[in-house]
Amino acid sequence: MSLLETSGLTAFYGDFQALFGIDFAIGEGETVAIIGSNGAGKSTFLRSLTGLLPNAAEAIRLKGQPIGDLPANRIVGLGIAMVPEGRKLFPSLTVEENLKIGAYSGREGAWSVDRIFQLFPFMTERRQTPATALSGGQQQMVAIGRALMSNPDLLLCDEISLGLAPTVIKDIYDALPAIQQAGTTVVVVEQDIQQAMAVSDRVYCFMEGRVTLEGAPDELSHDDIKEAYFGLKGAA
Amino acid sequence: MAETAQYRVATATRTSRAGLFVLLAGVVFLATTPLWGGRAEMRLVVEFCYFLALAQMWNLLAGYAGLVSVGQQAFVGLGGYALFVFSIWLGVHPLLALPLAAVAAALFAIPTALIVFRLRGAYFAIGTWVTAEVYRLSFAQVSDLGGGSGMSLPIGVIKSVAGSRAERELVVFAIGVAVAVAATGIVYWLLRSRHGLALTAIRDSEPASESLGVNNFRTKLYVYVLAASITGFIGALIYLQKFRIAPDAAFSLIDWTAYVIFIVVIGGIGRIEGPIVGTIVFFILREFLADLGSWYLMILGLVAVVVMLRAPQGIWGLLAARFDLHFFPVQRRLYRRDGSPP
Amino acid sequence: MDWVNAVIQGILVGGLYALFATGLSLIFGVMRLVNIAHGDLIVLSSFLCLAIVSGLGLHPLIVLLIVVPVMFAIGYALQRGLLNFTLGPDILPPLLVTFGLSIVIQNALLEIFSADSQKLPAGALQTASLQIVEGLAVGVFPLIVFACAIVVIAGLQFLFYRTALGSAFRATSDDPDTARLMGIDNRHIFALAMAISLAVVALAGVFLGMRTSFDPSIGPGRLIYAFEAVIIGGLGSLWGTLAGGIILGVSQIVGGKLFPGADQLAGHVVFLILLVVRPRGLFPRAVD
Repeated sequence: MSLLETSGLTAFYGDFQALFGIDFAIGEGETVAIIGSNGAGKSTFLRSLTGLLPNAAEAIRLKGQPIGDLPANRIVGLGIAMVPEGRKLFPSLTVEENLKIGAYSGREGAWSVDRIFQLFPFMTERRQTPATALSGGQQQMVAIGRALMSNPDLLLCDEISLGLAPTVIKDIYDALPAIQQAGTTVVVVEQDIQQAMAVSDRVYCFMEGRVTLEGAPDELSHDDIKEAYFGLKGAA
Repeated sequence: MAETAQYRVATATRTSRAGLFVLLAGVVFLATTPLWGGRAEMRLVVEFCYFLALAQMWNLLAGYAGLVSVGQQAFVGLGGYALFVFSIWLGVHPLLALPLAAVAAALFAIPTALIVFRLRGAYFAIGTWVTAEVYRLSFAQVSDLGGGSGMSLPIGVIKSVAGSRAERELVVFAIGVAVAVAATGIVYWLLRSRHGLALTAIRDSEPASESLGVNNFRTKLYVYVLAASITGFIGALIYLQKFRIAPDAAFSLIDWTAYVIFIVVIGGIGRIEGPIVGTIVFFILREFLADLGSWYLMILGLVAVVVMLRAPQGIWGLLAARFDLHFFPVQRRLYRRDGSPP
Repeated sequence: MDWVNAVIQGILVGGLYALFATGLSLIFGVMRLVNIAHGDLIVLSSFLCLAIVSGLGLHPLIVLLIVVPVMFAIGYALQRGLLNFTLGPDILPPLLVTFGLSIVIQNALLEIFSADSQKLPAGALQTASLQIVEGLAVGVFPLIVFACAIVVIAGLQFLFYRTALGSAFRATSDDPDTARLMGIDNRHIFALAMAISLAVVALAGVFLGMRTSFDPSIGPGRLIYAFEAVIIGGLGSLWGTLAGGIILGVSQIVGGKLFPGADQLAGHVVFLILLVVRPRGLFPRAVD
């Protein structure tokens, strides 16, 4: 059984339809990347999964249970955590407080402040610093740590490499194996196709609110991806 | 350009022309009160007119310029006291004192604005209230104006308006109707002018309008001072009818702002028709409920709360959406040149 | 010595004003809501205490044990059942709904308790005073009120900056959507903030009723004092609010001494001058 499954998921912003029936599945322990250009609906898809956008109950199933109509504050307690685009750390909270608030839902598990500090050692020194006083890459690590503090079964990472230097991106992705080993299933949304292919077991490509391609990175040809990503040949 | 030539921007609709007719009929009905009504009816119509005018001014501030003032009683009181100061101390004819009261209110409004504009949103609201309190307490300190207990217009001044009581009442009545029509007309004119677009832009998004080159501060100041000045005129008129002024009544939050807010909220905020509908509803409710005393205010407060939560567009908003009514065409609509909707 | 006395009285009154202001500041900090009915809720607490005192014959300070939890519950219900529905990008709904509420509370109190002036019986506390030096005495009750203000503000400061609930308050205030991603139920957090605000309001209302006479119409005046203390101190700063209350209290009492009958006016004028000179208050918060 899939850990998480969506069937015919739609999303609207007022009159504007952003998603047109997304069918998506991810198995336990799997790492899936979602690629696609700006406005393809990737972030909207993650917002729907976390409950920030309302949906029909049956549209989203977690371990077989319908969760599509639950509010965001209930979803995290069921085991889906998000690293939001733009990090969205709480500026009036210190690094440590940002991590601790990640555990607000009270889910039991292996992650603790100390373990996050082991994963990202720089934080030990800066635990009392206001979170937004850190560098962009460090903030991204705090955002990942904050999401892990809820001991999620499924971790959603929205554009975690956006606007960061290549060496910093490498540091962040270096933490991924440790997260996967802890038994966490991971979805990464990436604009950088190479990065996405390198870390994932399977890739979904979104375009204009639809899934245009799905498969394992080594099964997909360069041309397939180009077509699904940019809609060349008018294939959408 | 070929694309745009197919469209024209229009503001009038068929219902707006029908609406104009209804409004004209209403104005004629009110203006002819002396022909069909007695003194009591005339007083009631004057009261209706000044509440309508006050409501138009508050709606202009809160509904269009985003300036939610809870301190408009400051300008009613200032206008009222200006009438007394000009006509008693300076010997100005009371009818000339009315426009002078408007000028005085505008002059006070400028420094007031410079202070309260430092506050945003809801804090602006309470800030305007504090300044109104400052005016109330200040006038209570002036013993030459009767201090806290107030004073009356001397008989001589009253008589200078017109010789007989009937004539005086007719004069006040005529000015009252005129001021209601003028207040409505000024708001309409303002919204049709380029300031109207600037105001709509500010209300919808203050930072965005700023980036489009709308000078928010100047536009808001302009609207605030204009509303204060007309409110001052109304204040002077109210006290020309009442003859007697005292700080607590002249700067009363309930009488000159709370009622007016309820009128606009119930009628429909951000629409010119809103204050008209609201004033009618307010007077009907008052006819039936005023005997209930404090229950009346409780009911009014509850109605406003429910309207704000359930139908924030007010009664007029509900009607307009249901029947596509726009008596005052201030919305700019886009039409194809061939007449079909875009 | 007269002037020293006036300043001390002013400082102590400032403690009461700080209690008026803390609740207002707290809910603005958490949810950007300005509660126009705040002053009327203070007076409601005074009357609630009065009703219980006259019914059970207890001392007002003991009745606090009832009034504070009752107002806490009213605050939670009010936010959950009404005010949460007014929150959003538009500032009009919360403003006008709390304005309507203010009128409703005032007139309900008028209907139930009449317009007569009332006072809570403080007993021996009423007149007890401490002699500091010859010719300078301080009332025991004003001292208690001032001490309570310090304790309440220190307590809230601790709650906000040292507890998990405080982190949740601050996180929700920073970014409500992301706070929901952490599992925080905004509606509950907002309701708790209002509940705490009204618990402080209850304390303020009972102290007000023991200190001076009150009637249903005085709520808006207390709202204005609270508002002035908040703005003078700087939005979002609790200790600033205490400073604001003290400045307001001293201005009123010293002003009233200089110009008899003009105590309120003196307070307002000092507030307006400070608004012009320091528009962000004395202790503005770094993160807005």
